[in-house]
Amino acid sequence: MKNVKKIVAMAMAAALCVVSLTACGGSSDASATFVIGGSGPLTGPAAVYGIAVKNGAQIAVDEINAAGGVNGMTLELNFQDDEHDAEKAVNAYNTVKDAGAKVFLGTVTSTPCEAVVEKTKVDNMFQLTPSGSSVKAVQYENAFRICFSDPGQGTAAAQYIGQDLGLKKVAIIWDNSDVYSNGIYEKFKAEAANAGLEIVSEQSFQGADNKDFNTQLIAVNEAAPDIVFLPIYYQAAALILQQANQAGFDLKFFGCDGLDGIIGQLEGDAALAEGVMLLTPFVADDPDEKVQSFVKTYQEKFNEVPNQFAADAYDGVYVIKAALEDAGVKDASVAVSELCDLLKASMVKITVEGVTGTMTWTADGECAKTPMGMVIKDGNYTAIAD
Amino acid sequence: MFISYLLSGISLGAIYALIALGYTMVYGIAKMLNFAHGDVIMVGGYIAFTISVTLGADGWIALLGSIIFCTLLGITIERVAYKPLRGASKLSVLITAIGVSYLLQNVALLIFGSASRNFQALIVVPSVEIGSVTIPGNTILTIGVSVVIMIVLTLFINKSSAGSAMLAVSEDKGAAQLMGVNVNKTISLTFAIGSGLAAVAGILMCTQYPNIGPYTGQMPGIKAFIAAVFGGIGSIPGAMLGGIAIGVIENLSKAYISTQLSDAITFAILIIMLLVKPTGILGKKLNEKV
Repeated sequence: MKNVKKIVAMAMAAALCVVSLTACGGSSDASATFVIGGSGPLTGPAAVYGIAVKNGAQIAVDEINAAGGVNGMTLELNFQDDEHDAEKAVNAYNTVKDAGAKVFLGTVTSTPCEAVVEKTKVDNMFQLTPSGSSVKAVQYENAFRICFSDPGQGTAAAQYIGQDLGLKKVAIIWDNSDVYSNGIYEKFKAEAANAGLEIVSEQSFQGADNKDFNTQLIAVNEAAPDIVFLPIYYQAAALILQQANQAGFDLKFFGCDGLDGIIGQLEGDAALAEGVMLLTPFVADDPDEKVQSFVKTYQEKFNEVPNQFAADAYDGVYVIKAALEDAGVKDASVAVSELCDLLKASMVKITVEGVTGTMTWTADGECAKTPMGMVIKDGNYTAIAD
Repeated sequence: MFISYLLSGISLGAIYALIALGYTMVYGIAKMLNFAHGDVIMVGGYIAFTISVTLGADGWIALLGSIIFCTLLGITIERVAYKPLRGASKLSVLITAIGVSYLLQNVALLIFGSASRNFQALIVVPSVEIGSVTIPGNTILTIGVSVVIMIVLTLFINKSSAGSAMLAVSEDKGAAQLMGVNVNKTISLTFAIGSGLAAVAGILMCTQYPNIGPYTGQMPGIKAFIAAVFGGIGSIPGAMLGGIAIGVIENLSKAYISTQLSDAITFAILIIMLLVKPTGILGKKLNEKV
């Protein structure tokens, strides 16, 4: 008995030594650890987006560090919860700034992003939002984004429906309490005439709390459109598909990147999503090698299929890496403002091949990449054949 | 067209009515606004979801399990959060109810995560076609269940001895106690029934709008509260009438006036109602004794 205790004690002492040794080896000076700050909703109704961004960014950070870091620097992600709230996002930004963040990856949602960009502009900190798609989210020179802008999606969707699909009569159901949905809707409407589209019915609803779409669907069905445009998120779209089915309406639907995730949302009723078309930069079933490796790692770590927010964030970290390499930043103790000026100059020069496509940037912060037309077929996203 | 709009309004209204029944009953007897009622509905939906989807049990078992769980939850909430405040001001109780509401939402967020889930219907009723109009099965089910519950509740309160005790407590707590009515037990029973009803409402709501998340109960809870006030809070047939009225007004204003203004119109009608008849459609006028 006594021996056992002795062995245990020795083993513990040994373990302690190992721990203290690794602790020594692991500690590094400030010039070698480059902190990427970020914020997004990790709790609350929009948490699914924030968590996806945090996970996606973490995978990229881990991969980059495992491959030797950026110019000898090790990346570190400091991601705070902003609950999709403008005020809390500003607090989160201040927290990561105090913790030594050099660039800001965020925010995830548009409304807080518009608040934080005012702060990063004053500090001249480089800001890259993975998914803040409203126009004002990147209105200053220091801010760039990975996703499409809302107006960009509206225009692209109108052209795609009118020219590529060759359809005429369109009905729209949009969420008039949401910046994302409004942004796409307005631009779509403006572009519709140019694309040869006739808008036969416009129906709106208010917010994610709304669950009853029967009235809107009856009106849309009465107008007999060729296609129904849904510039909304997948939760509401899933309910629209289910209620259209219950009412026995035979309607075709077309959406933007917000519809990504609809198959998972419908779970047992996934057959309802059959034939739904969408324009999106990222699909988890893309056979591309980079995409598949990302999806596989994500599934192993977090036990779910990544959505486009995770993909945007994953690309975001690689974009920061590419910009740092282009600017030749080797010392993580560089001043925030000086770094921002370097990265701004590099952003318009670099081309990044990410999981959401091949991206380049203009000085106004917009990302140029081609949206892919997808149709849901046999429960999978497949490219629309021309 | 009009008939379709009307029907979808009635089916939405029937859900409001079912939730409003729970609100109005607790208010009528315990004289408190249980703002956590909407969230008990969410819990009811989640329990049914867990039993039927995660554990793979039969729909009826899920229904029963959910009712039992919510009944116990209702009693527990009453014991822990509201009973210690029996003598406190109405405002403290109201704030506590809001606290309980947030507690339930956040516990659900912790356990079930923030992503909303697709809710598979537990009970399937076939649609009925009358001429060119199709009445969805869910609508028939929801209206049927609401009417049955309304009748049973009215009979229970007016005919049974426990119901008489409830009426006595609602009229005068102190006097009821002096007459030998166990006030605490009666209020617990009220909460038990109210929460059991919430479970039924939750399941029917999720059957009609097949989606459940931690915030599912919030907005319907508020709309149902309005329905209860509209119909006359404290009155059981009033809750039914108020619920259907709010649902129909909401849908018709969406259809014929503006989808963007429908909520504004609904609330404006509520304000007018309160100005013209503050006790609601079927509310009793109570003279405050000085």
